[in-house]
Amino acid sequence: MPKMTLDHFEAAFLFALFTSVVLGVVTKNTDRDRLHYGVYTFACFLIALFGLGWLMYFGHG
Amino acid sequence: MVKEKEERQPMPPVGTWAPAVALGWLIPGGGHFLLKRSGRGTLLLVSITAMFLFGLMMRGSLFEPQTGDLLTTLINTGGFIGDLCAGVLYLLARMFGYASADVAGPDFLIHTPPVHDYGTKFLVTAGLLNLLAMVDAFEIAAGRKE
Repeated sequence: MPKMTLDHFEAAFLFALFTSVVLGVVTKNTDRDRLHYGVYTFACFLIALFGLGWLMYFGHG
Repeated sequence: MVKEKEERQPMPPVGTWAPAVALGWLIPGGGHFLLKRSGRGTLLLVSITAMFLFGLMMRGSLFEPQTGDLLTTLINTGGFIGDLCAGVLYLLARMFGYASADVAGPDFLIHTPPVHDYGTKFLVTAGLLNLLAMVDAFEIAAGRKE
């Protein structure tokens, strides 16, 4: 098994991507709703990622 | 205030949903394939497998059930159950003797990048996402969902 080193952003991006796909697939009843929910969840992950990142940056001084 | 009571749906016979749930545990998305939802099954298979493989490549740890104080029991046993939910991916990793990064030693926190910790989270999350897929397969098999 090859070894992989990802930085925090890359790991969080992949985590958001895979989790959003699964949440989109299992949550809604129509394909259109699934796609919308998957994209919405992915966007929420990224907003939280950048938001918390900047919050920590400013909070750190 | 008006209280709305949810109608409790009767439990469907085990034979209708157990094969889909069991196959869904063993192979991510397998329950959906059995129920002829191939598109969704493929998405689940690819996403969950990729997440587990990334976790392995980052040398994440697989949990062992441990008892002790409440927090230790909760984290290790919960993590073990999460790992186990990945089905054949977990079984193969164990069968081929997968070993995580060596986390022993006093210099670990200083010299080891946090990528192993990310890997551990990826492995557990892959199992938990497969659990969601199993619940979805149950609902489809029980006729509660399309």
